Amino acid sequence: MKATLDAAVVRKDFAILDRERPGGGPRLVYLDSASSSQKPASVLDAMQDYYETTHANVHRGVYAIAEEATARFEGGRRKVARFLGGREDEIVFTKNVTEAVNLFVQSWGRANLKAGDAVLLTEMEHHSMLVPWLMLAPQLGVELRYLRVDDDGRLDLSDLDAKLDGARFVGITAASNVLGTLNPVRQIADAAHAAGAVVFVDGAQSAPHIATDVNALGCDAFGFTGHKMLGPTGIGGLWAKRELLEAMPPFLGGGEMIRDVRLDGFETNDVPWKFEAGTPPIAEAVGLGAAVDYLEAIGMDAVRAHELELTTYAMEQLRDRYGDDLIIHGPGDPAARAGVLSFAYKDVHPHDLAQVLDQHGVCVRAGHHCAKPLMRCLKVSATARASFYVYNDAADVDALIDALAEADKLFY
Amino acid sequence: MAGLEDLYREIILDHYRTPRNRGELDVPPATRVEGFNPLCGDEIVVYVRVDDGTVDDIRINGQGCSISQSSASMMSAAVKGKTVNEARAIVRAFKGLMSIHEQRLDGDGAVEVEPEPEVKLGDLEALQGVVKFPVRIKCATLGWNTFTQALDEAGASGA
Repeated sequence: MKATLDAAVVRKDFAILDRERPGGGPRLVYLDSASSSQKPASVLDAMQDYYETTHANVHRGVYAIAEEATARFEGGRRKVARFLGGREDEIVFTKNVTEAVNLFVQSWGRANLKAGDAVLLTEMEHHSMLVPWLMLAPQLGVELRYLRVDDDGRLDLSDLDAKLDGARFVGITAASNVLGTLNPVRQIADAAHAAGAVVFVDGAQSAPHIATDVNALGCDAFGFTGHKMLGPTGIGGLWAKRELLEAMPPFLGGGEMIRDVRLDGFETNDVPWKFEAGTPPIAEAVGLGAAVDYLEAIGMDAVRAHELELTTYAMEQLRDRYGDDLIIHGPGDPAARAGVLSFAYKDVHPHDLAQVLDQHGVCVRAGHHCAKPLMRCLKVSATARASFYVYNDAADVDALIDALAEADKLFY
Repeated sequence: MAGLEDLYREIILDHYRTPRNRGELDVPPATRVEGFNPLCGDEIVVYVRVDDGTVDDIRINGQGCSISQSSASMMSAAVKGKTVNEARAIVRAFKGLMSIHEQRLDGDGAVEVEPEPEVKLGDLEALQGVVKFPVRIKCATLGWNTFTQALDEAGASGA
């Protein structure tokens, strides 16, 4: 494992970074990896090779390439399990974190919750954690509670024990997709367990960027998505403790998830296949496995160190150049956040800011980031957000900072 | 690639910096409708007071980007004091300016927009540069769709 990451070397693996920009001019500055990451050649090659040499449906055919396809598909699962520190039979492939949360909420929630039970979420959760519960809670008579976000963009844990009283489920994001805040998952999980709740961690923004060990996190379930961690779209997953998965009823019904079907009933397959109805995203699992290989070759500690360095540099430069004209939402300490910077520049609307930045080849996200309750906490309708990954470098940060000045020419 | 000057025309920035008909009206007699752009969080509130078949008064509230705010401001100036029929014709003409792209992007079966040759859009034509930035068309039409809904809710079929 290398100690440090050389972005100049990494960038060579991402063809899109060399593409001609629509308006010509300087290089593409992609600062929206928190939304979706780019893909290295090894991921694209693995998927292409799979389709060209191996494709057949999995867990069905007795012929050789079907066996190979199954082996490559399950190989993807094995790599993901290793990457997250879980067991292979505890990894359920889904489309993304959204589906992982919906699966868990619908399956575990319906089987385990009754009227009067409480569910504890946080104000900084993504809609993918909030909406499944907002859908189910009224049906079951479950009370939804929320940990508040303080002025520094961190969770207010002062009333954690009170809010855990009667809670059966705790859902928290490991890293906020808006503020970057790295939450004290272990501390919350321990308190939740003491109160008798299960803990689901949304790892969408943490798994791609910080070494993950689901057992060290102390959670019971963990959602992740492939396309934010150099893998393809259409695949993500749920890790959950085996005894939980075994006790949970199936979510989607269909092929693959059954052991036997009669006209008056069915028996489910073993975990994890019990939760994988229908033909799964096979090539995507192969691609995700290649993405995991790529990240492990760099080393997740090196990934984190690189992003922390970039985030620190960006926060310093933004403050030096723009002072009070620019507000960075979330923790002031770069070490307390993932490589995500939501910011406001004067009173330029984030949409307009993103439009100006795009003119200079800088891709940032503008909007509510699927976290409207958090937008209300911040008293904004939207933010502009820059996020970093393995292929970004200091020149990308400089391009962002220079392009921001262009907004002045239009709006002031 | 279209340049920013196509999008941020001076008249648009003027309406953004100095929005016309900003504020609220008493409900009733006015009708109040909120419009949301779910993609970006922009929110527009349109107050319309229809009296004797005329858009007697209109106010715009809410928050959003320069395009959504200026487009709503320009709309308010264009329809205020017009008959409901005239106002609806202006809406159709403006939607015509935006429609090709909006329909293609929405896929929500928006009706064909008939040309309104007799309507002079005037300053509003400055907004046609928006069609070169398809993502922003929804910003430009947010206020207009909200206004149309307010007319519908006011039961103002025209006179």
